Amino acid sequence: MDPGLVARFAAIVGARNCLAEPPALVTYECDGLTSMRARPGVVVLPASTGEVAAVVRLAREAGVAIVPRGAGTGLSGGALPVAGCVVVGLARMRRILEADLANGWARVEAGVANLDVSKHLAAAGAYYAPDPSSQRVCTIGGNVAENSGGAHCLKYGFTVNHVLGARVVLADGSVVDLGGPVADPAGFDLLAAFVGSEGTLGIVTEVVLRVLRKPEATRTLFATFPSCAEAGETVSAIIASGIVPAAIEMMDTLAIAAARAATGLDWPEVGAALLVDVDGTVGEAGHTAARAGEIARGSGALEVRWPRDEAERQLMWKGRKSAFAAVGRISPSYLVQDGVIPRSEIARALGEVARLAREAGLRVANVFHAGDGNLHPLVLYDARVPGEERKAEELAGEILRMCVRLGGSITGEHGVGADKVVYMGEMFSEDDLATMDLVRSAFDPERLFNPGKVLPAPRLCGERPWPSRVRPVEAADPAGPA
Amino acid sequence: MEGRRLLDDCVHCGFCLPACPTYVSWGVEPDSPRGRIDLMRALADGRLPLDPEVVTHFDSCLGCMGCVTACPSGVRYDVLIEETRARVEREVRRPLADRLFRSAIFALFPHPARLRALVLPLLLWSRSGLDALARRLGLYGLLPPRLGEMAELLPPLGARNLAASLPETTPARGPRRARVGLVAGCVQRVFFPGVNDATVRVLASEGCEVVVPRGQGCCGALSVHAGREDEARRMARALISSFEGLGLDAVVVNAAGCGSTLKEYGRLLADDPAWAARAAAFSERVRDVSELLARLGPVAPRQPLALSVAFHDACHVAHAQGLREEPRALLTGIPGLRLLEVPDGDQCCGSAGIHNLVDPASADEIGERKVDRVLSVGADLLASANPGCTLQIRKLAGRRGVAVRAAHPIEVLDASLHGTSLPGAPRTGR
Ligand SMILES: Cc1cc2nc3c(=O)[nH]c(=O)nc-3n(C[C@H](O)[C@H](O)[C@H](O)COP(=O)(O)OP(=O)(O)OC[C@H]3O[C@@H](n4cnc5c(N)ncnc54)[C@H](O)[C@@H]3O)c2cc1C
Ligand code: SF4
Ligand code: SF4
Repeated sequence: MDPGLVARFAAIVGARNCLAEPPALVTYECDGLTSMRARPGVVVLPASTGEVAAVVRLAREAGVAIVPRGAGTGLSGGALPVAGCVVVGLARMRRILEADLANGWARVEAGVANLDVSKHLAAAGAYYAPDPSSQRVCTIGGNVAENSGGAHCLKYGFTVNHVLGARVVLADGSVVDLGGPVADPAGFDLLAAFVGSEGTLGIVTEVVLRVLRKPEATRTLFATFPSCAEAGETVSAIIASGIVPAAIEMMDTLAIAAARAATGLDWPEVGAALLVDVDGTVGEAGHTAARAGEIARGSGALEVRWPRDEAERQLMWKGRKSAFAAVGRISPSYLVQDGVIPRSEIARALGEVARLAREAGLRVANVFHAGDGNLHPLVLYDARVPGEERKAEELAGEILRMCVRLGGSITGEHGVGADKVVYMGEMFSEDDLATMDLVRSAFDPERLFNPGKVLPAPRLCGERPWPSRVRPVEAADPAGPA
Repeated sequence: MEGRRLLDDCVHCGFCLPACPTYVSWGVEPDSPRGRIDLMRALADGRLPLDPEVVTHFDSCLGCMGCVTACPSGVRYDVLIEETRARVEREVRRPLADRLFRSAIFALFPHPARLRALVLPLLLWSRSGLDALARRLGLYGLLPPRLGEMAELLPPLGARNLAASLPETTPARGPRRARVGLVAGCVQRVFFPGVNDATVRVLASEGCEVVVPRGQGCCGALSVHAGREDEARRMARALISSFEGLGLDAVVVNAAGCGSTLKEYGRLLADDPAWAARAAAFSERVRDVSELLARLGPVAPRQPLALSVAFHDACHVAHAQGLREEPRALLTGIPGLRLLEVPDGDQCCGSAGIHNLVDPASADEIGERKVDRVLSVGADLLASANPGCTLQIRKLAGRRGVAVRAAHPIEVLDASLHGTSLPGAPRTGR
């Protein structure tokens, strides 16, 4: 990037928080999806909404694309830079500004880590419910942008159900408050459009979150099964019995092995396992947990375990939450896929996944939010074997098509990003997509924010032709773009 | 190449970010574990040249290994950064002042005799009151920052430091349960001799015959952490030799940084056919003192200590050796003692390795957070198993005019077993 422009960005955020040297830029080339890379022109780390607004105004004046970034844990390439762009990182805006527990809300800066909110509120007996497995790291701003979910969203709902308001910086540098602590404000619900917009409408700088009282009791059970069929049946049976578990997570043999390797848990080698949380008052939690255990046994469970103490319970959940990353222990590379199927089709869908994997000659590990039918097939491969990465990408794509065929969706919670733009046309009609694009243009007519993400190629006249898919790094110029 | 394979273990999930003190401080990716691994990868692939700009991001790494504990994918960042530092040391020419300063550290710290020679003048200097005056007037602030840092870190010295020497063999009290060798540690031996004395007494009371081989040198931890591999290997061979053939059940160490290095000798000398097997056998037998005592189980009667103790996890015990329960167990076995956890206790204090000497400004920035947390606990005493951490926390608290009373956990146990007195509060800067 032109040094003069870099200097102007530096003047806004301070030299230390404006990175333009090649080594620093290399570390922002990708997010949690490492197969797609592009080098930004500059990375700025503002400390306030005012600085964000000034950065946006300058980028707009210079005609440079803007890519917002939280912790870079996204799995769909949402924070993947556009070559030569300005990446606006929120990592330094991580203050918890105020909490009003009597009215059930807290106001935080967008860069605060999801789990830090709950940690901050723990002493007062409150917490923030959505719990992506990456919650130690991922930011609230990223959660809002992705409408992230987590294990406990089965009972409590996704991010969208827990965001009451947001302060956002729009493309013209204006600062706007959408929604607020008061429930159900009058007028258009513009906040809902922002949640899940993946950084294409503007930059979120502050968020008003709904916070809940911690349930009086939580009971956890871990049940093992000969195969995914019995486990899938158990999920349906539990929900059909009228129980709304806080979470039902399913893992197959490979995922169990990965979790075991990462945490040292003494989980057995079985076809499938469920990790179930039920919560409520002490009496309620005890009763429903016992009932869920019976249902699991009745549906063919090999064993039902109850954690001995809170430490073991925490470890079990740590095992589940590290499972993605822990797959790194059993395979040199992997792709995380994210698709949704109707809950009743779990067994069939997993059978299909296994068949597709066999045909492709690759292994697939499954660890997912079974209660929501939100699959996370992890396609294992070795990037050093020529052609395997492409085979893995194709397999992951086939799995998505299968989800759509079964009446599901191409993403449950990880977003479309750069990765799944190509599948949007398979899920939505031209008119659907054109309508989304109209909303987008209303907020950001020049398409400065995160161009090429979510929506396929530009479809309205007079648009700037941003590339919709950035080449993997192998194909890129080794020195990176100027 | 081993390094390349190890790099591939990183899946870019970012779980290590909140565990990394430099990332938590500055919020920038190149100063995070994930970013540093990205840089190593770019170097391996030839996408970046190994130039001074890249090196700043490796230099800023504290080597605290918080990221190793946090990583679900089992990335051996410890091995990766060590290999990278060795490469930097071989291939990058640092500015002259930097080189001289680094050489001075390595000419001094790993050599107990030279360190001891320094102690007399320092003792006179601190006794003369000039030192307190200098602290009060903030004269250290006028020295070039890094020299000021070295002076300011020095612990309170007693005449005892001059004559610190341990008996070559100490018999077990009661039936002998094990015969162990003690690694005396260079900084430890000279500046904190009380810790070694306490270790010998406690081990003996718990049924260990303790051998302190004469002429043992430095373990090479500082050299390893700085990428001075040849120097480190030389020291490792010498140390292994001095502990061989003594019929030891275990080699015991009480300084965190030394312990993690000794346990890695097998890897350090893996490519040396004459030494690989000897080094591996040696590493197998190395135990942190808390680890050994936890395995043996307590036998000596504990006397109550009415004391609240804040526990500081030394990175090279908790992260590098994975010992968290064992050091706490030394203290929880003492009746009357209240063990308090320091919030965010798994974060580094900024002193890791020689970081506080070569980059004092950033080490202090990180250390200030640790001091906030330690003071928030309001304990009577801070238990810290690493001399570097103790020096760092005390120094920064001292600047705020707060005297932090600190002891090695083994000294606390010693006080309970033998009624010895615990180290007092240090003087403060004011
Ligand atoms: C191991 C692992 C497990 C995961 N588990 C889950 C899970 O259980 N559930 C789940 O939903 N996700 C999960 N994810 C995906 C990811 O953590 C979430 O998508 C998360 O919300 C991303 O947050 P982030 O701060 O890392 O955002 P980033 O990755 O930095 O960015 C994500 C997107 O949000 C945009 N963005 C970020 N901050 C802002 C802002 N302030 N304003 C506007 N746009 C912004 C970016 O442009 C990008 O499009 C997981 C990821 C990993 C690596
Ligand atoms: S936690 Fe491990 S795998 Fe994840 S980014 Fe850090 S080093 Fe890489
Ligand atoms: S060793 Fe410590 S400072 Fe270095 S990258 Fe790991 S966590 Fe960060």
